[in-house]
Amino acid sequence: MSSSLLRFTTAGSVDDGKSTLIGRLLYDSKSIFEDQLEAIQQASERRGEGAVNLALLTDGLKAEREQGITIDVAYRYFSTPKRKFIIADTPGHIQYTRNMVTGASTANVALILVDARQGVVEQTKRHAIIASLLQIPHLVVCINKMDLVDFSQEIFEKIKEDFSDFAAKLSIKDVEFIPVSALKGDNIVNKSDNMPWYLGYTLFYFLENVHIASDNNLTDCRFPVQFIIRPYSDNFHDYRGYSGRVVSGVFKKGDEVMILPSGFKSKIQKIDTADGELQEAYPPMSVTLLLEDDLDISRGDMIVRPNNTPEILQDIEIMLCWFNEKRLTVGGKYGIKHTTIEARCLVKDILYKLNINTLHRDENDNVIQMNDICRVRLRTTKPLFVDKYKNNRYTGSIILIDEGTNETVGAGMII
Amino acid sequence: MSYQLSHLKELESESIFVIREVMAQFENPVMLFSGGKDSILMSYLAFKAFFPAKIPFPLLHIDTGHNFEVTMTFRDMWVEKLGVKLLVGSVQEAIDNKMSVEEKGFNASRNALQTYSLLKSIEDGKFDAAFGGGRRDEEKARAKERFFSHRDEFGQWDPKNQRPELWNLFNGKKNSGEHFRIFPISNWTELDVWQYLSQEKVPLPSIYFSHKRNCFVRDGVIYSDSDFVNKRPNEKVEEMQVRFRTIGDMTCTGAVLSHASCVEDIINEISISRVTERGTRSDDKRTETSMEDRKKLGYF
Repeated sequence: MSSSLLRFTTAGSVDDGKSTLIGRLLYDSKSIFEDQLEAIQQASERRGEGAVNLALLTDGLKAEREQGITIDVAYRYFSTPKRKFIIADTPGHIQYTRNMVTGASTANVALILVDARQGVVEQTKRHAIIASLLQIPHLVVCINKMDLVDFSQEIFEKIKEDFSDFAAKLSIKDVEFIPVSALKGDNIVNKSDNMPWYLGYTLFYFLENVHIASDNNLTDCRFPVQFIIRPYSDNFHDYRGYSGRVVSGVFKKGDEVMILPSGFKSKIQKIDTADGELQEAYPPMSVTLLLEDDLDISRGDMIVRPNNTPEILQDIEIMLCWFNEKRLTVGGKYGIKHTTIEARCLVKDILYKLNINTLHRDENDNVIQMNDICRVRLRTTKPLFVDKYKNNRYTGSIILIDEGTNETVGAGMII
Repeated sequence: MSYQLSHLKELESESIFVIREVMAQFENPVMLFSGGKDSILMSYLAFKAFFPAKIPFPLLHIDTGHNFEVTMTFRDMWVEKLGVKLLVGSVQEAIDNKMSVEEKGFNASRNALQTYSLLKSIEDGKFDAAFGGGRRDEEKARAKERFFSHRDEFGQWDPKNQRPELWNLFNGKKNSGEHFRIFPISNWTELDVWQYLSQEKVPLPSIYFSHKRNCFVRDGVIYSDSDFVNKRPNEKVEEMQVRFRTIGDMTCTGAVLSHASCVEDIINEISISRVTERGTRSDDKRTETSMEDRKKLGYF
């Protein structure tokens, strides 16, 4: 039986039980090993901590272990017979917004933790806003520490209502609420006897069964050309293959296609892979397309269907998350990457700064510092082939690069 | 039609994307090759990425001189099969030229000395990107590693100042003299690697499978008896039924007791194993952050 891959992201602070929850998922799926447990037991003892500190599993860097905080995105893996899971575990504090955004960019599911004793707090809202901005298809809200509120249905329902009221302002498609105790294991793998009033899924069941096949956009055919394959050998004398990853849509052998930016048309002669020819290719497959006509196509071009094309734009508006200590400036020039295109761009205007705790748009504040999110207008040196981010994560996203330091300084979602 | 890839196919596709991206963004890449399963997997994925063309960059083996004989035979066979060029960076040569100093004592290992030869090979070959087979599930410092990992002109890693990686946009920009380490199989776990190698029927060196070998035990690690490891007087050599879960230098790679004689047996064994594969690596046990410390200096 073949299993699928699910990527999810968690965010949280030291006290909301996130490490315990991840530790529990890893432990219950038998993904923590004896030598790892032994190593963190020893480290916990050396630090004079009473209990085994499961956070040491994910906080791998010296600085993180010294300061007792997660600085960076940590990736953890576990699998069940049904699925393989990749967790992007990120710190939840506002100063680590950039890490939350990074973890969220490829996730199918966002797991948000709420402490049942505290209810919906600023950090909960921040995570939900980021999940919504990054268009994570599914959201699961785990209301944790239910054991500390006598497994009260009333408290669960109240938090659910509060969260739903707030989430109504966001564009979140699918939200699931699960009352859990990560520490005691209630509703994690097994249904809790302590909460007979809860008739929904356990967290494990949800993660194993949430429908992700349609998370990919299967409608709009987009194939950014990544690399040209020319074997220069006798057997493949005229072989000219356009390799890349199908980012959306389904390409079939014989389909009529259009090449951007030239606008030339041709047909798919062959969808090639090292395992042989395919009849169709869909996301996120890496394949090589061969066309019937000999055209001038290079990296950065995009193969699409003639009746469904992206917009060709040099002026774009984006929601930008700023990553760098150096401020974003109007009139500033940056390198920009979009699909397989590299260009330069000019920041024309900052329209407003978004308060990621309240969603308030401040049009008078254009001082953009690290971890701020704002709406900006850019002018690029080359045309980009774009879709709105809400329709297509991969043709709707860009990164900005500082031309002096080469650092990635911002990430944007095209509106 | 469900249009859903299996997790192994999705991992394969991600790795191929990363490998092709490197060819597009860099001028002179090289792929590190140790003869272990991860580098066999990585080079196999490189073969798939450029098919039907040949792999457009050489493989580089950093040779400590303390190798298992069979992995060397395998290496030469594999390189010929792929039709790829092999470069060798020799630790012995660096020691002979007095550029590296051999460790002394019972736990002496050339593991850390690989860093010098690796950085020298990268510099001599003017390589601007070096693929490594590191996986994030292997070790806690590696869990923080990027697909495209920047190295300064001294080959150093700065874990606190890494570039964020979002969607599938990779930033390989650098100044001259700097290079990148590329980790295309970051998201694979040990089990994924074995399941995939089994599914694809990829050949492997025989020491991954159960065999009889003269070994001795030190600090709970089973070492193969060889001229490269100094035994203490009380360390007794015995014939054991073992296999290797990782293959590194003979001086720091431990064996596990095992009867697993084929890939399917190995998958079963790993599925129920309670110890990580690096549990057999004494190089990781030196201090709590020994991997991070070595990586900062330029280790892979």
